[in-house]
Amino acid sequence: MTVTAAFFYLFATIAVASGFMVIASRNPVQSVLFLILAFVNAAGLFLMMGAEFLAMILVIVYVGAVAVLFLFVTMMLDVDFAELRQGFLQYLPFGALIGVVFFLELTLVIGAYIIDPGLVRSPAVPIPSPDVMTNTEALGQVLYTRYFYFFQAAGLILLVAMIGAIVLTLRERKGIRRQNISVQNARTAQDVQVRKVPFRQGI
Amino acid sequence: MELGDILLNIAIMLGKSLLLLVALLIFIAYALLADRKIWAAVQLRRGPNVVGPWGLFQSFADLLKFVLKEPVIPAPANKGMFLLAPLLFCVLSLAAWAVIPLNAGWAIADINVGILYIFAISSLGVYGVIMGGWASNSKYPFLGALRSAAQMVSYEVSIGFVIVTVLMCAGTLNLSGIVEAQDTRLGLLGWYWLPLFPMFVVFFVSAMAETNRPPFDLPEAESELVAGYMVEYSSTPYLLFMLGEYVAIMTMCSIGAILFLGGWLSPIPFAPFTWVPGVIWFILKASFLFFLMAMAKAMVPRYRYDQLMRLGWKVFLPISLAMVVIVAGVLMATGLAPGMQ
Repeated sequence: MTVTAAFFYLFATIAVASGFMVIASRNPVQSVLFLILAFVNAAGLFLMMGAEFLAMILVIVYVGAVAVLFLFVTMMLDVDFAELRQGFLQYLPFGALIGVVFFLELTLVIGAYIIDPGLVRSPAVPIPSPDVMTNTEALGQVLYTRYFYFFQAAGLILLVAMIGAIVLTLRERKGIRRQNISVQNARTAQDVQVRKVPFRQGI
Repeated sequence: MELGDILLNIAIMLGKSLLLLVALLIFIAYALLADRKIWAAVQLRRGPNVVGPWGLFQSFADLLKFVLKEPVIPAPANKGMFLLAPLLFCVLSLAAWAVIPLNAGWAIADINVGILYIFAISSLGVYGVIMGGWASNSKYPFLGALRSAAQMVSYEVSIGFVIVTVLMCAGTLNLSGIVEAQDTRLGLLGWYWLPLFPMFVVFFVSAMAETNRPPFDLPEAESELVAGYMVEYSSTPYLLFMLGEYVAIMTMCSIGAILFLGGWLSPIPFAPFTWVPGVIWFILKASFLFFLMAMAKAMVPRYRYDQLMRLGWKVFLPISLAMVVIVAGVLMATGLAPGMQ
């Protein structure tokens, strides 16, 4: 158990420290890299709780895809840091107010959190031990039965968001020559003319 | 557990990892040589033949040359990140080998979500590329990094769907489990390359694109694109990038062998062939896939960047998505899905 505890404190410390560095570091690219470090350590914490599927998906989706796009954007931004820090004191009270409101809301929500009464009332269905059923299998069984509609709705929301993003950024530009591969492939040798060009005369 | 037991376990783990690492690196040294020899043979050249008999020590000579050269760090570069990037790239691609089962029960860590782990680790490799390009603080590596990162992210999507189809057939995320699911009396014909042949092709091509192999080696297109994210790198950091790339290629070949070619299983499922140790079959299969990649390098001209993106998003993504639906439907309709019998 001591090894487990040691790993827990290792992951937790790095996660918290890198979370702090996200807001403390001066360079936004470094901030994003620290954010990624925090994600990876959170995945480590998931692993320690036996939620191996969630840990891997966290790394694949957040670290492998979402954070890459984050990094793309922050790298290409041209931010003037002196200007950014200029109005810091002026905005401080407002920021603090938002922080307090957000904190209160979170406390209210988490304070009122109760475990689904349906789950508490059904001890007849014991939670299978990890030897019998893997974490992935267990997740799949509730995701595709009990929470099927929520799962599908989440998929639909993501689809709508994706279509929205494409529609917002799609720009039809005229006068661009695009390669049409099917036309190219349909072309035969007879379609091409080979001509002998006389010297200094052209065609 | 006693502290002594824990320490012993850690020591065993370290020993195994070291053994695998050394074997892998020596194998890669010869795979690199084979790559160049095959390339040369296709072009009717001799290839490297000076260092050692038949050029067998060429890779080690290259290693020495890289290590002994002077590492040049550009003055405007972000020094820490410039050196961290190749290290990260190399370490991550080596880390994937922790879960690859070379034989029944030979994986260093036989974890339940092995294939997801490999997928996650290989999706992290893109950070080495981006960090390297950004830390160089120069426009060509930066543009090259954006290009390579977009390429790697795009082809990961189709590799993900290929993996999903195999998982549906095997019913497990464990790599050893996937190999065991292919263990039928049919031998070679029972492996997943036959029923999932389109996915095998998609996987093979995506693996080449994911690891920046020719014909998708845009980072090395110095004549048309001023090369890629490693323009500013020299000596050992460059070596780490190249090493990481070759390790990633071998990882992809092994994953291909596990998912589609039955891992350590013998292709002919009776006596004299089943006596051959599984690890030899595994190496033969992975080497076969590497040979195919080397032949593709020798024969196929380099893709243009827009063609590469078109292939990934407009050809492979729809094919693999459709195959996920088709395979799921067939499995459900025929009752062959794992857990349904």
